[in-house]
Amino acid sequence: MASVSETHPANRSNPARWLVVAVPYVWLLLFFAAPFLIIVKISLSETAIALPPYTPLFKGFGAIGEFVSQLDFDNYLFLTGDPLYIEAYLSSLRIAVISTFLLLLIGYPMALAMARAPTTLRPTLVMLVILPFWTSFLIRVYAWIGILKPDGLLTLLLQSLGLLGADDQVQIFRTDYAVFIGIVYSYLPFMVLPLYSALEKMDNTLLEAASDLGCPPWKAFWKITFPLSLPGVIAGSMICFIPITGEFVIPDLLGGADTLMIGKTLWTEFFGNRDWPLASAVAVILLVMLVVPIVIFQNQQKKVA
Amino acid sequence: MAKSLGPVKRKFSPWTDPSAVPFIRFENITKRFGDFTAVDNLTLDIYEREFFSLLGPSGCGKTTLMRMLAGFEEPTEGRILLQGKDISGVPPYRRPTNMMFQSYALFPHMTVEKNIAFGLEQDNLPKGEIATRVEEMLKLVKLERFAKRKPNQLSGGQRQRVALARSLAKRPKVLLLDEPLGALDKKLREETQFELMDIQTELGLTFLIVTHDQEEAMTVSDRIAVMDKGIIMQVATPAEIYEAPNSRYVADFIGDINILEGTIAATASALGAPGAVRIDCDGIAVSVEQECQAVKGDKVAFAIRPEKVRISPDQPADTSANAVYGEVWDIGYLGDFSVFLVKLADGRIVRAAQANVSRLVDRPITFGDMVWLTWPVDAGLVLTR
Amino acid sequence: MRSSRFDATVLTLGFAFLYIPIIILVVYSFNASKLVTVWGGFSLQWYKTMWSNQGLMDAAWVTARVGIISATIGTVLGTLAALSLVRFVRFPGRTLFSGMIYAPLVMPEVITGLSMLLLFVAVGIDRGFWTVIIAHTTFTMCYVAIVVQSRLLTFDRSLEEAALDLGCPPVRTFFKITLPLIFPAVIAGWMLAFTLSLDDLVIASFTTGPGATTLPIKIYSQVRLGVTPEINAICTILIGLVTIGVIIASISTKRTEMRRIRDEHAALRGTT
Repeated sequence: MASVSETHPANRSNPARWLVVAVPYVWLLLFFAAPFLIIVKISLSETAIALPPYTPLFKGFGAIGEFVSQLDFDNYLFLTGDPLYIEAYLSSLRIAVISTFLLLLIGYPMALAMARAPTTLRPTLVMLVILPFWTSFLIRVYAWIGILKPDGLLTLLLQSLGLLGADDQVQIFRTDYAVFIGIVYSYLPFMVLPLYSALEKMDNTLLEAASDLGCPPWKAFWKITFPLSLPGVIAGSMICFIPITGEFVIPDLLGGADTLMIGKTLWTEFFGNRDWPLASAVAVILLVMLVVPIVIFQNQQKKVA
Repeated sequence: MAKSLGPVKRKFSPWTDPSAVPFIRFENITKRFGDFTAVDNLTLDIYEREFFSLLGPSGCGKTTLMRMLAGFEEPTEGRILLQGKDISGVPPYRRPTNMMFQSYALFPHMTVEKNIAFGLEQDNLPKGEIATRVEEMLKLVKLERFAKRKPNQLSGGQRQRVALARSLAKRPKVLLLDEPLGALDKKLREETQFELMDIQTELGLTFLIVTHDQEEAMTVSDRIAVMDKGIIMQVATPAEIYEAPNSRYVADFIGDINILEGTIAATASALGAPGAVRIDCDGIAVSVEQECQAVKGDKVAFAIRPEKVRISPDQPADTSANAVYGEVWDIGYLGDFSVFLVKLADGRIVRAAQANVSRLVDRPITFGDMVWLTWPVDAGLVLTR
Repeated sequence: MRSSRFDATVLTLGFAFLYIPIIILVVYSFNASKLVTVWGGFSLQWYKTMWSNQGLMDAAWVTARVGIISATIGTVLGTLAALSLVRFVRFPGRTLFSGMIYAPLVMPEVITGLSMLLLFVAVGIDRGFWTVIIAHTTFTMCYVAIVVQSRLLTFDRSLEEAALDLGCPPVRTFFKITLPLIFPAVIAGWMLAFTLSLDDLVIASFTTGPGATTLPIKIYSQVRLGVTPEINAICTILIGLVTIGVIIASISTKRTEMRRIRDEHAALRGTT
């Protein structure tokens, strides 16, 4: 395929066509790749009180020896030495893993039901899953505050159903449970859509063949449907897991003081303590943690494309 | 049609034995999808060890009929008996039938070996026995070297053989084949047809095949059911279907044929010869030697295969033979055969096929020649349907 | 359809979970009572309060401008990126390039926002309106690239070949043949980019400066102080706008589709 496309007449003859590649490429190098180098550099510099609150970045392109001697691993030593940060990282991972699992648990049956629905109904169902995604993330998280508050609608509903005493209140708001609800709610479309597209592509005759060979439906699900939907499971899980790990808005608005998530820590270091180098170090370690899932996600995407 | 050999290896005709018990019986089967009637009050018997074909154009109901036997569809009315037992309501995974799918439906995430073993594993056979059976099957379809490959690493022909091996592994009472060779190229298809017949004879199974390819049906089958719009037009051996079609539809669907519409001019009693009919085909008088229920004045059709029509530049000496006179309008050279399209005075076209026994240069008849077409009284057919 | 009842139950529960919170939010924006849990009758007073809240209105205006400008630049860049990925099979650093397209889709926003901020500080750009636009363009272009790429992958290349064969030069072929045919995907990409920009809190918080407070930043600062019906009102308006946009888009695509089918039928009748 490669050679065909390279020599395609539409691609030949005009050197200006390389602008098609060059313009977005340069933009991404400047505004996506370069910032990562800067963040690494700054995470290795000392905190200074002046504005900008770190030692200057460009001292001319001097000797590499001088550059290395300037490197300061204090921020990393500080991070790894403080159990609070380690706990925040671990807690982020724990919350992300549990949420991703919950998302699969809820998203898979939904995606399966959509893929098994009559073909005429499917576009509408897909639309219904996508629609909440078009409304603001912040608004959707905010909507849960009114429901989960101790004097909120959930308490009211349970009280009126008699499941809760008149003086009792639902104690979910500002706990990890509220964070799980918020995450599952916000990320559900991201889980359902990749699963649906994997399940919808599945050839129904494979299930007929399994049945024909003596395999009852529930067993055929685990032997045929589920293994064949694994690309969707991986894609959906990665699309949810990676950003959840660095999530800030949900733990900040729905979580309690003891809800530790690294996105919140980074935000506090940056906006609260104005410690830019430490915030950068927090970000770099988070990024390192996410390298493996990101690479898995990228490979999955490339296979699809 | 000349290449079709038909199953001539054995003498096998249980359908002619009135005491024989059918292996599979479709009894007044009707299947509707909404307003559409796919199968219409159909009754059909298939015997043990028979190689049976359902032949017809797409949408004629043949696949639906097969899927009802496999259990993927339930009949709207009627019942299906397998060895005398009603199998309606039995789910596909409990039926002793196995199917080879048109798309092959090989599990893409399993190796060839695993695909073939799948059905056996469902029966919880011991591991050792599964391994032996898989090996047997791989040998049968000559794929021993490909056991560890995944379906996407195989050619179309190899996939077809895996699908066959997988459906045979459980030794089903009936093997259902849905357009089994449709995806193969012509040469491979012909080879595989003979292999299928060998396998069927060797294993002694009952094969039910669905196809729209008449040549395939003729080659492999003991009997063929020609279907149209949910009903069966004719059930007979390939030779009977070809030589004695019972209707215009079957005659036209199988092979090449000339059909001339006409009316019965005289029947046996009038002609004084048993089994003789005279037809008036718009000015052409045709004599046919055939037992026929029709009476004088009935609208019928006279049908004759092109290879049974003789073409000659000379007027026939035998005046008793049927003969028409016309101009050579077109010649189709097919290698082994040439087909001559002869235009009669009233514009009708009659086709005559002639084996090319001599070399090209010697071909005596060419475009524009005036020729005589003749055929004996027992060469053609009267079609009343 | 053995499991159709199970499927129907799953879908009903799933969609109830997705929609009930939003419906509650909308309903309570018309609540006369200030208490979120008490229904005090129908009222539009919170819309009035919202309208007279100058800070909120300013933020809305900034957000609209940021959204339109960054979505437009992002769509152009994203379309070019999609063309690069599909049509330029080999070029130096292609792996890095496709990596930079896919990574922002999943990158935690705090990392993107912080790194972008540090870039602006390092090169000495004052933060404000334009830095938010650059940041939004960078992450929205990747979404546009994915949307357009999927359309280009199913594009029938022989249409372009036919144009070239008929003497149309490559650049004109792109504008006359390729672009019109992928245009629905480009528009979908723009709408996605616009809503993503409208939606963003974290990246905007890092890259914004004085005088460029966007609506999410404003809403966020008020939400932290507690639930007020005024926020419900502005949220309802945003939801309404997006819903109308999505409905118009789906109706217009459906209508085009219907017209295409009708034309095809007419054409078929014409030929037989």
